[in-house]
Amino acid sequence: MISLSAAMLATFRRDLLLAYRAKGELLNPLMFFLIVSSLFPLAVSPDPEFLGSIAPGIIWVGALLATLLSLDLLFKADHDDGTLEQFLLMPQPLVFLVLSKILAHWCIAGLPLVIVAPLLGVMLGLPENAYFALMMSLLLGTPILSLLGAIGAGLTVGLKKGGMLLPLLILPLYIPVLIFGASAVQSAGQGMAINGHIAFLGAYLFFTLAVCPLATVAALKLSVAR
Amino acid sequence: MWNYLKRLYHKMGSPKWFYDISNKWLPWLIGVGCLLMGVGLVWGLAYAPADYLQGNSFRIIYIHVPAAIVAQSCYMLMAVAGLVAMVWRMKIAFWVMRAAAPIGVSVTAIALFTGAIWGKPTWGTWWVWDARLTSMLILLFLYFGVIALYNAIEDDELANKAGAILSIVGVINIPIIKYSVEWWNTLHQPATITLTKKPTMAPEMFIPLVLTIVGFYCWFAVWLILRTQNEILWRERRTKWVQQVTNHVL
Repeated sequence: MISLSAAMLATFRRDLLLAYRAKGELLNPLMFFLIVSSLFPLAVSPDPEFLGSIAPGIIWVGALLATLLSLDLLFKADHDDGTLEQFLLMPQPLVFLVLSKILAHWCIAGLPLVIVAPLLGVMLGLPENAYFALMMSLLLGTPILSLLGAIGAGLTVGLKKGGMLLPLLILPLYIPVLIFGASAVQSAGQGMAINGHIAFLGAYLFFTLAVCPLATVAALKLSVAR
Repeated sequence: MWNYLKRLYHKMGSPKWFYDISNKWLPWLIGVGCLLMGVGLVWGLAYAPADYLQGNSFRIIYIHVPAAIVAQSCYMLMAVAGLVAMVWRMKIAFWVMRAAAPIGVSVTAIALFTGAIWGKPTWGTWWVWDARLTSMLILLFLYFGVIALYNAIEDDELANKAGAILSIVGVINIPIIKYSVEWWNTLHQPATITLTKKPTMAPEMFIPLVLTIVGFYCWFAVWLILRTQNEILWRERRTKWVQQVTNHVL
């Protein structure tokens, strides 16, 4: 029997490799992020000053929705080809394997958003002193989105009517992240301190890191029993 | 005492026992609920003095606040029932949870609706994005999620378990959501009743409010029991005692 850390690493590498083999799918959430964010200047106003003031909100909502769309990557393929059942049968505790799957999901879906966000910041006229806050808040916030989203993905995997359901379950839970993330960027743009926001996001990250994998495992066991 | 509670708990697990005992509670709950609501509403709407700032428009508090409190308790109840059901595999708890979800939606909707009506004369607009209205709106969204999950999963037993997981996750997040929303915006007048401090309302306004709150809880309990009883009769429809009960009624 291989050790837990080896199993976790193998799971992590497998998910990254699978994502790398299907690069097209990988880019979809990212392109969605870009398109959704550029709808706002068209819909609201291209005035740079006005755009700069709502840019934190636009970027954060865009990141939220893009993560939501990418949650399908987490368990769906594994459920369809039966891999998920094999995961449940593995001797290693499922919580840790799920955790490394979520981490892999963040590397695939969350990290690219963090990297592209400054580009959107430039396009939306984000104030110069807000870029550090933007990167920091997204770096701490997007893993939370993956962790919370995993619960919803676990509950809805394999459901025929799952598509519209997932946002309904998960979006209300995303609200604290959205509030603190977007207001961190906003405060930084106005030259205010962001320690409090960053501290909250960090605390919330560790909290969800401890709780969400457990809830996801409970949800996955139900979904496989179905 | 402990043994008594344990016995009560085991009895609670029996659908038939729950059905019979709740039938005995119902007339009392209905009676007390109607009495309290009647006295509280007449007192509050007709006899309590008008607010020095808001005039008579504050009187909607006697519907709004009870609805808002019950709406929050209902989600707590769902989560506790969900936890009991998941840990001790108690099927009644699953059914209570399932019965509570639509009630929670209606009561939250009542709270939001009366809040909007109250907001019009007080703030001059139907909707303000203040902390407590926003928290109630998010609570409504959390209820929507649970109900949507119930509707999406065809197998009832699995749907019950999935709903339990979701409401437990939701209840852990509620304080975080509430805190973050409050931090985001505090425009509202401070909370009307706090359990720790003396009420800032005049007693002749405050007592009818307490009456309506307790009355609302009684009505909530009646509603919940009736829905749970329906659920019990449907789930246990093949058992002898249910067939006896329904034959007796028919």
